[in-house]
Amino acid sequence: MERLLITNIQRFSTKDGPGIRTSVFFKGCPLKCMWCHNPETQSPFSELMYSRENCVLCGRCVYSCPNGAVSMAGDTIVTDREKCTMCGECTDVCYYNAREIAGKAYSPSEVFAVIDRDRAFYSESGGGATFSGGECMMYPDFLEEVMRLCKAQKIHAAIDTSGFAPWEAFQKVLPYTDLVLYDIKAFDTKKHEDLTGAGNELIWENLFKLSEEDVEIYLRLPLIEGCNADEDEVSAIAEKCAGLKISQVNLLPYHDMGKYKYDKLGRQYGGAQMAAPNEEKLENLKKIFEAHGFAKVKIGG
Amino acid sequence: MRGYTERTKKLREMSVTTDPRISIERAVIFTEAYQKYEGSVDTSVLRALAFKEYMERKTLVINDGELIVGEKGVDMQCAPTFPELCCHTLEDMDVMNARELISFKVTEEDKKIQAEKIIPYWENRSIRHKIMNSVSQQWKDCYAAGMFTEFMEQRGPGHTGAGGGIYKKGFSDYKRDIEKRLSEIDFINDQDAYDKKAELEAMSIACDAIITLGHRYAEYAEELAAKETDEAKKADLLLIAENCHVVPEFAPKTFHQALQMYWFVHIGVTSEVNPWDAFTPGRLDQHLCPFYEKDVAEGRLDYDKARELMECFWIKFNNQPAPPKVGITLKESGTYTDFCNINTGGITEDGRDGVNPVSYIILDTMDEMKLLQPSSNVQISRKTPPEFLLRACEISRKGWGQPAFYNTEAILQELLNAGKSIADARCGSSTGCVETGCLGKENYALTGYFNIPKVLEITLNNGFDNYTGKQIGLKTGNPEDFKSYEELYDAFIKQMHYFIDVKISGNNIIEKIFAKYMPVPFLSVIMDDCIAKAKDYNCGGARYNTYYIQGVGIGTITDSLSAIKYNVYDKKNFTMGELLTALKSNFEGCDRLHHLVADKTPKYGNDDEYADSVMKSVFDEYCGYITGRPTIKGGQYRIDMLPTTCHVYFGEVMGASANGRYAQKPVSEGISPEKGADVNGPTAVIKSCAKMDHLKTGGTLLNQKFTPAVLKGDDGLNNLASLIRTYFAMDGHHIQFNVIDRQTLLDAQAHPEEYKDLIVRVAGYSDHFRNLSKALQDEIINRTEQSFA
Repeated sequence: MERLLITNIQRFSTKDGPGIRTSVFFKGCPLKCMWCHNPETQSPFSELMYSRENCVLCGRCVYSCPNGAVSMAGDTIVTDREKCTMCGECTDVCYYNAREIAGKAYSPSEVFAVIDRDRAFYSESGGGATFSGGECMMYPDFLEEVMRLCKAQKIHAAIDTSGFAPWEAFQKVLPYTDLVLYDIKAFDTKKHEDLTGAGNELIWENLFKLSEEDVEIYLRLPLIEGCNADEDEVSAIAEKCAGLKISQVNLLPYHDMGKYKYDKLGRQYGGAQMAAPNEEKLENLKKIFEAHGFAKVKIGG
Repeated sequence: MRGYTERTKKLREMSVTTDPRISIERAVIFTEAYQKYEGSVDTSVLRALAFKEYMERKTLVINDGELIVGEKGVDMQCAPTFPELCCHTLEDMDVMNARELISFKVTEEDKKIQAEKIIPYWENRSIRHKIMNSVSQQWKDCYAAGMFTEFMEQRGPGHTGAGGGIYKKGFSDYKRDIEKRLSEIDFINDQDAYDKKAELEAMSIACDAIITLGHRYAEYAEELAAKETDEAKKADLLLIAENCHVVPEFAPKTFHQALQMYWFVHIGVTSEVNPWDAFTPGRLDQHLCPFYEKDVAEGRLDYDKARELMECFWIKFNNQPAPPKVGITLKESGTYTDFCNINTGGITEDGRDGVNPVSYIILDTMDEMKLLQPSSNVQISRKTPPEFLLRACEISRKGWGQPAFYNTEAILQELLNAGKSIADARCGSSTGCVETGCLGKENYALTGYFNIPKVLEITLNNGFDNYTGKQIGLKTGNPEDFKSYEELYDAFIKQMHYFIDVKISGNNIIEKIFAKYMPVPFLSVIMDDCIAKAKDYNCGGARYNTYYIQGVGIGTITDSLSAIKYNVYDKKNFTMGELLTALKSNFEGCDRLHHLVADKTPKYGNDDEYADSVMKSVFDEYCGYITGRPTIKGGQYRIDMLPTTCHVYFGEVMGASANGRYAQKPVSEGISPEKGADVNGPTAVIKSCAKMDHLKTGGTLLNQKFTPAVLKGDDGLNNLASLIRTYFAMDGHHIQFNVIDRQTLLDAQAHPEEYKDLIVRVAGYSDHFRNLSKALQDEIINRTEQSFA
């Protein structure tokens, strides 16, 4: 099987499903959420990240670039991303860890080998592996392969998905999936399109289908003040989901911890004006879900 | 103010707001006793008589409101001095008084007494003087170079704890045992009969001494009660008197008396010599549980009352700062903490789960008191109920490093590997920082830290030490001539063996000096089998005798060797010559090389086989070369992997290291990875650490630092518990946590006055952040903060 780009395999991941987990972040996503805190996972291709903070302006990257894509501009280094071919020459000569390439190619068995390293922690904590991204469901064949390896070793496997994928993709991985962390970002499709660049009909449809399958589901709502955190919005979502087989709801307040990554990627951060709902509001939103019969509603992952 | 009751609130407040000072009284009384008896009696008897005079004459203190009585000095926070071990110069005293950290107030009157009475008698007689006059030049050179330290250079061999005997026997009972043993001496056939007789007589005198102290306290309390007009206070004083009429002369009958019994023993042991650390009640919950249950059943006691007594007991420990240290000893152990470390939980002597109601009282007390001393830990065994572990995690999550977690099964196996019986091993514990021993039955002294990374520095300099400007090691060759990593490694091992031998040659002398001049008859009374053998604790009287040499810097040495192996020999990224130049210049102008060793080399703490196999081989060599070697007392050498504050000192005596560590910066502590080297999170750290064979050691120390967010909520608590259980399933010995974010620490460094209460885990013990040196504060701030999503 061909190798895929992974931005990070995070051990001791504790917010993406139960227990101590290893989270695998696939590169590539069909959505473009304004608040995305892992922007380096959006493009399916490798990307250069540059940290001005670490850079000492030695200029070694400028001279090393075979394509003339790197230049010094005032007190910073500029990379012409059109000319850049991701050859990595500039990262090799950077002694200050200012330049790195996001995305490293892994085969399914290589991913599994990393997951397997913490097996002792999973069994003790009730943890396992979580496949995230990006959108892991863009790669059902690869995912099926890794998850099959997990299943064979009885490692609990979760997928963390936007739900924006063909149902066939879900069908492929469901036999190996113990838990789905399923994001709902807006109630109606128009708002969803405004926030993420795509409508959510498919997302709702898949959720209802999943609810019929033999798999545990956690519903996850990223909540951004002024976008999707008002009571009407959340009530509508809760009402719609009320009859579904969902074992846990996670309300995930917005945070801007991924902001610096936009600078590294040379991109504009769309979430600059965004804020998290305050604690009182979060408690209220939590109560809305509880009122709809959801027994386990948590603020945070 | 912290405290379960008004009483303990006040007592705690007094304890934490009183400044430490020295107490010259002990030095005076001991000196006068020596002047009176020296030469006329055997040394053991001399020591016992001096101890007895101290117990007869020392100032009595009953602090307002306290229920457990007895102070080491003339008041709380007063540290007696021990001129027979280390005779402080007047300059030492000025330094103690003036130094910014770990200072002790010294009065002009104290100095006058020191000058006129103490120095003239002790300056050429002290153990410190004797040691420095006896050890070899090689030893002195290595010591000056910071290759190793020496624990007994100004302190006595300590590191042991009380067993359960003192709760079943009073000192009048011990006296009867001693007299019986005396009557059995075979003066016809036994060559050692004279020594045995002297030692037993000394023990008997020591029993009288402590009984006298008890009686004096009983009478003093009655005296105060007679004058007291407040009825509640009068009742307290009469209760104290009643208790002191029973203990230590007779076995305790109540929970309260059991605590008072231990406390008299603690005062006795730590006044007799300065056993520097770690004297502890050990398995306190198990010793106290029968008293607790009986008192509760008979209506004398309930949780609240027991809790208040436990808090009173806790405060007594905190009232006793470790006696003042100077010079290198201060550097290796820069703290007021006296390392009493109480073990809670674990298993019982017959192998059942050891958690009992008193275990929870101890946890609640530790949580409420938040004091440096006593340091407390929990032993977690496979049988420990989850709720006990979670309660301990809940306290640990508050971020000040207590309780630390110890692995009962590992301790047990370590003790069995060291040849102990299963019953004795089950009474074993981890005391001091993390050191394994059989409480009440073993003398397991730490003898000094060993600077493993410095061995490589010396090897790379063909035996020459830049810090002292002397050839202190072997001439193992110019490293540029080494054709393979193996050649370098062989040279490193030769040097290591040499330095260990030098260390042991000194130990052999020091051990003999203590056996000859510094018997401890009082401690010997309560340590099995000193009475049966009629032999002093410092002469091998204990059932087991172990000498530890503590390895420091495994993270730094691993990454340094890995950097050389990987870059010089495997990848040929640079030559040995280039490396030596870079080290000499502290990486000045060597950015590429520094980048390669710092960022592009396999490192320990990442669950990476390349680096971890280097760690394993260095550890195996260090452990293998020391473990099992005989000591003078008929015991054996073993190793620990722990640093106290020595990793900072060991860094100061070194130039730059091949792993990218800059000159004079601390080396890695415990078995934790080098700062910033571990980038794969705590599970990877734990897996790397577990590749070391902990069961061959007498204790290892692993520090983990988390940001508060990671451990939030029930999930965070459960994950913490799982990390501990998993590490222990891999035979890890000990793990401790700091849960304070970097920002708070930086702020505390900038505004110490606002963070007077901030306590952090250093290495096997907790300390006030403000009492740490700047270097150590930086070191703690820089320890990798595990803060993954």
